[in-house]
Amino acid sequence: MMNVLRDIGRGRGIGIGRNGREIGRGIARGIASCSSSSSSPSLLSSLSPSPPGPPPPINENENENQGGDVKSMNLFSAINQALHIALDSDPRAYVFGEDVSFGGVFRCTIGLTQRFGRNRVFNTPLCEQGIVGFGIGLAAMGNRAIAEIQFADYIYPAFDQIVNEAAKFRYRSGNQFNCGGLTIRAPYGAVGHGGHYHSQSPEAFFCHVPGIKVVVPRSPQQAKGLLLSSVRDPNPVVFFEPKSLYRVAVEKVPASDYMLPLSRAEVMREGSDITLVGWGAQLSVMEEACIEAEKDGISCELIDLRTLIPWDKDTVEASVRKTGRLLISHEAPVTGGFGAEIAASVVERCFLRLEAPIARICGFDTPFPLVFEPFYLPTKNKILDAIKSTVNY
Amino acid sequence: MALFLRRTTNIIKHFLVTKSSLATNQTSLTPSFFSVSHNVCSKSYGLAPIPAVFRRMESTKAAELKLDPQFYSSEEEEDDREYPSSEPEGMDFPGGKVMFTSQMSFIAEPGKTRVPCYRVLQDTGVPTSGEIHKLVSEDLATRMYNSMVTLQVMDTFLYEAQRQGRISFYMTSHGEEAVNIASAAALSSEDIILAQYREPGVLLWRGYTLQEFTNQCFGNKADRGKGRQMPSHYGSIKHNYFTISSPIATQLPQAAGAAYSLKMDNKDACVVAYMGDGCTSEGDFHAGMNFAAVMEVPIVFICRNNGYAISTPITDQFRSDGVVVKGQAYGIRSIRVDGNDALAVYNVVQTARQMAISEQRPILVEALTYRVGHHSTSDDSTKYRPASEIEHWKIAKSPITKFRTWIERNGWWNEEDELEIRKRIKKEMLQAIQVAERLEKPAVAELFTDVYDQPTKDLVEQEMLLRESIIKHPKDYPTDYAV
Repeated sequence: MMNVLRDIGRGRGIGIGRNGREIGRGIARGIASCSSSSSSPSLLSSLSPSPPGPPPPINENENENQGGDVKSMNLFSAINQALHIALDSDPRAYVFGEDVSFGGVFRCTIGLTQRFGRNRVFNTPLCEQGIVGFGIGLAAMGNRAIAEIQFADYIYPAFDQIVNEAAKFRYRSGNQFNCGGLTIRAPYGAVGHGGHYHSQSPEAFFCHVPGIKVVVPRSPQQAKGLLLSSVRDPNPVVFFEPKSLYRVAVEKVPASDYMLPLSRAEVMREGSDITLVGWGAQLSVMEEACIEAEKDGISCELIDLRTLIPWDKDTVEASVRKTGRLLISHEAPVTGGFGAEIAASVVERCFLRLEAPIARICGFDTPFPLVFEPFYLPTKNKILDAIKSTVNY
Repeated sequence: MALFLRRTTNIIKHFLVTKSSLATNQTSLTPSFFSVSHNVCSKSYGLAPIPAVFRRMESTKAAELKLDPQFYSSEEEEDDREYPSSEPEGMDFPGGKVMFTSQMSFIAEPGKTRVPCYRVLQDTGVPTSGEIHKLVSEDLATRMYNSMVTLQVMDTFLYEAQRQGRISFYMTSHGEEAVNIASAAALSSEDIILAQYREPGVLLWRGYTLQEFTNQCFGNKADRGKGRQMPSHYGSIKHNYFTISSPIATQLPQAAGAAYSLKMDNKDACVVAYMGDGCTSEGDFHAGMNFAAVMEVPIVFICRNNGYAISTPITDQFRSDGVVVKGQAYGIRSIRVDGNDALAVYNVVQTARQMAISEQRPILVEALTYRVGHHSTSDDSTKYRPASEIEHWKIAKSPITKFRTWIERNGWWNEEDELEIRKRIKKEMLQAIQVAERLEKPAVAELFTDVYDQPTKDLVEQEMLLRESIIKHPKDYPTDYAV
């Protein structure tokens, strides 16, 4: 799994948005409708999203996933497979968003309309606050609402619905109501040519909001398991998908219905000199830096945080206690980024164990720049330099 | 297009009792501040700041004359309004055929003549048609009246409780009792309510007790919301009434999602989403209306156009003819009703509900009413509107007085009943406040629960830190909380 990431390059022609549609529109039209379950709760008082059968157990050890039918696939196909399973395993699950019916601009929802009908997989008007608001209402009635925001850059009109509504739905009602069935998927991050509005990494905004979970997968296998966990989690989840990896990241993915645990980080690579923490697409860059550093005799431990809130402090703390050094890297601007939260927490817990200042190799505090993207990004060598200076502090 | 307009005509007919009653409505409703005419300034009880509400350029008047009649279609008019003559050919365009025209004609902004307002009772309490309407039974009518009075008395007591410093905040529904109660009475208890914050009457009608209202306002341990929200933010799963949040209009797209669930489950129920006039300027209003229309879901949107959003008069809020006209652009069937006429509200909401469910479509109801009270206990509305205007709506146009007159005329109510109900509710409220005040606050542990379905490690840790602080600095913290 990790080796696959080594091959991931950047800016290799991911189709962006409406201009990137390479597939005809007619595909998803005129498909037989699929009626939803009739054995549904009659009143709000019987609401609580629950799949018809018990969901598969969350896999604590991901290696177990390697058993059974396994296929090589890219990230959008893994997401697509997860959505098929989510809809198939729960008649009260719905997938919707802009351009979702024909398969989505990134092809993540391809084939879903044909399989599950237009009642369960559908286009919405182009209105992000409407998509999330609609999803909250749908989820609050005991359904699994899987909403797609076409680009994370466009999630801001829905910020109020996410922050003031979804996140507080349970708390403000004294647990009478919840919209835990809501999952908001949004492609995020740099792609090489996305400029201001097709490149952003807005995860930190959402990490400041008690009541929601923020999940970012790094690879196809991770994406499938984490998305199924997010969909079935009894809390609203914002699920950011690294769009630069939709096509280029290929990995062996079990065909089965499996879930990966939320709020649990994964040590991708063990090491003893310095801990590196990241998430999503940035991990592939960080891994390259780790491999380079190894050539210089520096042993790096690489941690994929996977869930940003509520996050796995224990795994990071244990690693930093071992290595005594920490580097955090994310594409989002460094100031107020989630790296700041990790750094502060680690200082609280490991102050006396730290042997060097915590390094943050992140995006600059500028809007995401089109032609300057190669300068803006936290590249392998920026990380490598920081690894060396931290280790040699 | 023609088909659509013909449908509109039929719909309007649906609501017209007779042509003459419409005419009566139009005339008898003036003068009021909703009948915006250019001389409204001369009425002492007109809206205080009065800009020229519907400014129009001379050049658009012709088009306006042609387009306005669509709101006044009568039985004689099938679809005979005159659009500029169309050329024989049109083009097929997504959504239906569009005819070409060689005349450049802009669709006009609202005209001087406003969409009429459906009502049954005149301000005197006498039915407009001159007959006693058999719209509601004696039992239903007296229950509705009882609830309107109960809401009024509850508001008075809780408002006073705030003034005395017993609760932190309160919002009354004074003047809007008819919209509250009559709309609730027209619904089934299975209908799902997504309200704003001035519709406690719906919850009251459904059986939420005065004690429960009072507990919420006091934020005590019996409050189902666990004391987490400001007073007047009720919610009850038992009563199919989603918990109120302060941001306005956020409930509208949520209503579309909830209604989609009812649609998928083939329920014989709809969602009823309430809002105020200020809501209609929010993006979520647009989102909610558009999603509801496109998804073809059973919702009744009820807008209480009470003239003000805090201090902002509707003249500073929109340039359309109120809210009712906004529905058409979304493809939503809409009606304007006298929100101070309980019988009219009842009729309209009952019909709207039936259409919403049987045809699986949203309906927009604009209820013209008036916020007789201040926006909240933090507001002094005499700073932005004349006392005479408030007094006029409080006395001459009181929805409670009007409805009472009607039930008295029917022989269903008398002075003795009136004294009895008011005395009883006052007693209940006094008791409710005493009980609510005596109950202790929710346990401190509830600060940390329900953020997620399970407490996170961080929250557990933060709760421990708080407990240590409480032990160390007990004087820093209130004592009426179970630690």
